[in-house]
Amino acid sequence: MRPEHTAPPEVFYNTDEAKKYSRNTRIMEIQATMSERAIEMLCLPEDQPSFILDIGCGSGLSGECLSEQGHHWVGMDISEAMLDVAVSERETDGDVQLADMGQGIHYRAGVFDGAISISAVQWLCNADKKGHSPPKRLYQFFKTLYSSLRHGARAVLQLYPETPDQMELIMYQATRAGFSGGVVVDYPNSAKAKKYYLCLFAGIQQGQAQVPAGLTDEMDTATNTDRMRTKDFRSAGGVKNATRKQKVIARKERHLRKGKTTKHSENTKYTGRQRRPKF
Amino acid sequence: MKLLTHNMMQSHVKGISRRFPLLIKPETVRVVEQEFNPDFVRRMLGRIEYEALQQAMTWLGHEGKLPKDCPSEDENNEDILKAIHHALLEVEMVEGKLVCPESGREFPVKNGIPNMLLNEDEV
Ligand SMILES: C[S@@+](CC[C@H](N)C(=O)[O-])C[C@H]1O[C@@H](n2cnc3c(N)ncnc32)[C@H](O)[C@@H]1O
Repeated sequence: MRPEHTAPPEVFYNTDEAKKYSRNTRIMEIQATMSERAIEMLCLPEDQPSFILDIGCGSGLSGECLSEQGHHWVGMDISEAMLDVAVSERETDGDVQLADMGQGIHYRAGVFDGAISISAVQWLCNADKKGHSPPKRLYQFFKTLYSSLRHGARAVLQLYPETPDQMELIMYQATRAGFSGGVVVDYPNSAKAKKYYLCLFAGIQQGQAQVPAGLTDEMDTATNTDRMRTKDFRSAGGVKNATRKQKVIARKERHLRKGKTTKHSENTKYTGRQRRPKF
Repeated sequence: MKLLTHNMMQSHVKGISRRFPLLIKPETVRVVEQEFNPDFVRRMLGRIEYEALQQAMTWLGHEGKLPKDCPSEDENNEDILKAIHHALLEVEMVEGKLVCPESGREFPVKNGIPNMLLNEDEV
C-alpha cells in the first residue's frame, strides 16, 4: 500500500520511519541521487552561493546535498520526528521549520533563488483532515511558492504521482498559480529507476527556458557504475561509521568524477566540520 | 534559528496585512561560528530588510554590532561584511517564541525549530 493511504504524513513519518533516513544506506543513496538531479535542473549560476528552499526537507538529506555544493538553504516539514533527525543527528547547516506546505510558504516575496522538493508533494493529493481540499491546498502551496521565488527562478519537485489524473491536477494548480514548465521523466523504461520531476519556472527565464530532457537508460549504466564506486568506499570503513568529513569528501569526489564542480573543491579545515557553539 | 532565516520569514496567518517582521521573544540564544563567504553576504544584501535585522540583533541581546546603514551590494570592506555575516548566520535562537506582528499569534521555537503549523481556521 502507498504510505499516503496509511496515515497522515506527520503520523507516518514517526521516530522509526525517521531513523531510516539516517541509517538505511539504500534509502539515503536514492534520496541523495534524486536531490542532486533536482539541484542540477535548478540551473543555478555556477560560481555563486544561492539561497534555496527545501520543501518536505525531512531529515535534511536533500539539504545536505545543497550544502555540499556551497548553497545556503532552509527547509520545512510537517514531521517533528524527521526534523529532529535533521537537527540533532545530522546537524544540518540549513535551518528548518515545522510547517505544512498545504498551508502555504511562510516566506517573504522574492527571497529564494530556487526551491526543491524530494518525494513529498504527492502527499498534498490526500485529504487528511476534515475540511482539507487537495485542489485548494495545492493552489495555496503553489501560489505562495511562486511569490517566495525571485523572478526567473525555478522550482524542481520530484514526486510520486499515484495516477495520471493526480499529475494533471498538480500541474493544473501550478499553472493556475503562474508557473510555466513541465514534467521531466528520468529512465521512463525502467520500472524501478523511473522518476518524475516537475520543473517549474517562476517568470521568464534567462537564457535557455526549455524543460530539460529526461535521462535515458544509457545514463542509467553510468549511475550504476557510480553506485559501485560508492560501495568501494563503503567497504573501506562503512558509510554508517564514516565521519561526517569522510562522507562529505566522498560525495565531493563523486561529483568531480561526474565532471561537476563543487563549490569548495579544496578540502579545508571547514570540510564536513561540525560547528560547535561558541558562547 | 538564524537571523537570515528570520529576516526572510513572515507570518502566514490568513486575513492580515502586516506580516513582517515576526517579533522575537528569546529564551536561549547562542553564537555558532560559520564559514565566511563574502559573495553570499553581498548577494543577500539586496534582499534582506536591514532595519529588521538590526531589530532582531537587539532582541537577541547583540545590540550595536551592525553598521548603521545597510552597505551596498558591491561593498568590499571585510569588517563590514563580516559583521553582517555574523548577524545573519552566527547568532541564533535555540528556545523562545516568534510572534505575528498583527494578530499576536505565537509560534513556539524549540531546539531551534519554529513551529509554524496553523489551526485549520487560521488558514
Ligand atoms: C519521503 S520523505 C523525503 C524527505 C526528504 N526530502 C528526503 O529526500 O530525504 C517525505 C517528506 O515529506 C514530508 N511531508 C509530507 N507532507 C507534508 C506537508 N503537507 N508539509 C510539509 N512536509 C510534508 C514528510 O513529513 C516527509 O518528511
